[in-house]
Amino acid sequence: MDFPVELLINALIAGILLGGFYAAVTVGISISFGILDIVNIAHPAFIILGSYIAYIANQRLGLDPILTSILVLPLFYYLGSLVYQVYYLSFEKRGQEALRGLAFFFGLLFVTEVLLILVFGVDYRYVHAGYIDTTLRLGFLDLPMRMVVPFVISMLLMAGLQWFLSKTFTGRAINAVAQDQLALSLQAADPIRIKRIAFAISIATAAIAGALLIIIQPVEPSVGREYIGRVFAICVLGGMGSLPGMIIAAMLLGIVESITSTFYGPSWAPAVAFGFLLITLAVRPAGLLGR
Amino acid sequence: MRTWQFFLISLAIALAAFFGARLLGNDYLFFAGYVVLQFIVLATAWNILGGYCGYVNFGSAAFFAIGAYTTVVMTKLPAFAKRNLPEGMADLVVAMTPPAMPVLVILGGVIAGLVGLGTGYLTLRLRGVFFAIATLALAVVLQTLIVNWDFVGGSRGAYVIRPATVPLLGINYIEYLFLVMLVLVVVALTTARAIERSRLGYGFATIRDDEQAAEACGVPTLRLKLVATTLSGAFMGMAGAPFPYYIGYLEPSSAFGLAYAVNAIAMPMIGGTTSWVGPLVGAVLLGTLQQLATVTISSAISLLIVGLLLVFFVIIAPNGLIGLFNDYFRRKKPDTEEAHKVAVKTS
Repeated sequence: MDFPVELLINALIAGILLGGFYAAVTVGISISFGILDIVNIAHPAFIILGSYIAYIANQRLGLDPILTSILVLPLFYYLGSLVYQVYYLSFEKRGQEALRGLAFFFGLLFVTEVLLILVFGVDYRYVHAGYIDTTLRLGFLDLPMRMVVPFVISMLLMAGLQWFLSKTFTGRAINAVAQDQLALSLQAADPIRIKRIAFAISIATAAIAGALLIIIQPVEPSVGREYIGRVFAICVLGGMGSLPGMIIAAMLLGIVESITSTFYGPSWAPAVAFGFLLITLAVRPAGLLGR
Repeated sequence: MRTWQFFLISLAIALAAFFGARLLGNDYLFFAGYVVLQFIVLATAWNILGGYCGYVNFGSAAFFAIGAYTTVVMTKLPAFAKRNLPEGMADLVVAMTPPAMPVLVILGGVIAGLVGLGTGYLTLRLRGVFFAIATLALAVVLQTLIVNWDFVGGSRGAYVIRPATVPLLGINYIEYLFLVMLVLVVVALTTARAIERSRLGYGFATIRDDEQAAEACGVPTLRLKLVATTLSGAFMGMAGAPFPYYIGYLEPSSAFGLAYAVNAIAMPMIGGTTSWVGPLVGAVLLGTLQQLATVTISSAISLLIVGLLLVFFVIIAPNGLIGLFNDYFRRKKPDTEEAHKVAVKTS
């Protein structure tokens, strides 16, 4: 049998689409961990929460998941600022963020997961929308719309965030707070407020990522855990705070995973992210485009 | 108290507890007690790295599962040898496996310790946070490996037949497992206490307080951290080794359950991370509470309680119950001193 070139190209395209989605999942971590140095391992739990909200709205009201996620953005924003306020008062202010801050987020992750299990059970949930079951065919290329739509939305989100972070005052202040808090206060910007806004934005992106997740695959409460390895691998490989680097890293991981599951079977895919993370940490801890 | 004195005294207490439990003659006590004891070992093991060095391990379930699956491999070996090896070698393997429980425990400990060493070596040269993240991912990857490994049953899981009695000691098997775990608890607590009072323990404390300063003063931080990850991983593996015999049927999602990881963190955090008493207190309280909640309400609720308690304690009582206890008595002291001063002035 000769080498299946068409299969490989399809796997590549699928990987890029998957990578685009991974970028939406990771961007929250890129802001909270990459820029603010807050190790928010509960981020995937917020994403799953977003998925379930999209599921409920879709089930009860027939709303489109992406529309739902945009509607609940303010809700997630305030949830984010609440979490940051608690985190700041209990850990950052006391200088205990290393050990106890991590344990705090881990507790949040676990509590969210158990609550979702108690309310919804461990069945897989999915949404209905017109585009989910259709597939574009270009010659031998298969482009399932359930991957293309999240890819497009994710890229729009990236463009918006990149513009916000590099052009607006608040966005630049967010970048600055990571480098020099004192200098920021001299510019009459309250570092704590800026950090709170940034963290709230990072949680708000989880609403969108959650909606994209449930479009791509059925969701159950513990799915989030599979994403922890992935998001941190992407974030580190992408060079912590850099959005363009993160997008490249996300696509790389998407391609590697897609090729692995095409040629070796999908049950091996979760191991790829970890291998990715370990190699990154061992070889190039500063990431592709270092900060 | 010297370490050997502590060891003998706690061993005596453990044996007294065992014979006391036998007098009650209730098998359920051993089933529930085993779980609590297992959590004491897990919590103490986590605390060697997390509490003493300040490095958070989220992958306790992975190390626990390594111990458990080492045992599964051992129980699968005889049948495998009969099928694939020549006569003479097969007989030898059948005669040797599965080995006695203490040997299984040590094997599980060695393998989990090696994995701990490897993970530590790859990640501990970087910032501590990466170690925490790597351990989280390690659990996912090991689970993937086990799911894809048919020899140990893959995702279907594996049955391990528990013998009814132990001929040598003349007690039934659950009592035997309880006893093994009890001895393991004594060993773990003695080790943790000995570390606390040794140069090693002071080295760990310097890492926890200020790693850069410690490095500058000539503390071999990387080597100490590797010792801590290895020890901690080894004890977790040991806690997992008897587990297949206890549960009878092991499958990846139960061996890698997030409950182990959460409990291993929550127990020391709630008890207090600075001394060996903390994990013990936390594990006994939380373990018993969970057993009660599982029986009376549901196991999901009992896990929710653990999660909420963890969040609550890290926010409200950063030093755990032991910290609260110490604060209470320390607050008393200055009062009496002040009263003394006042008394001196007025006289």
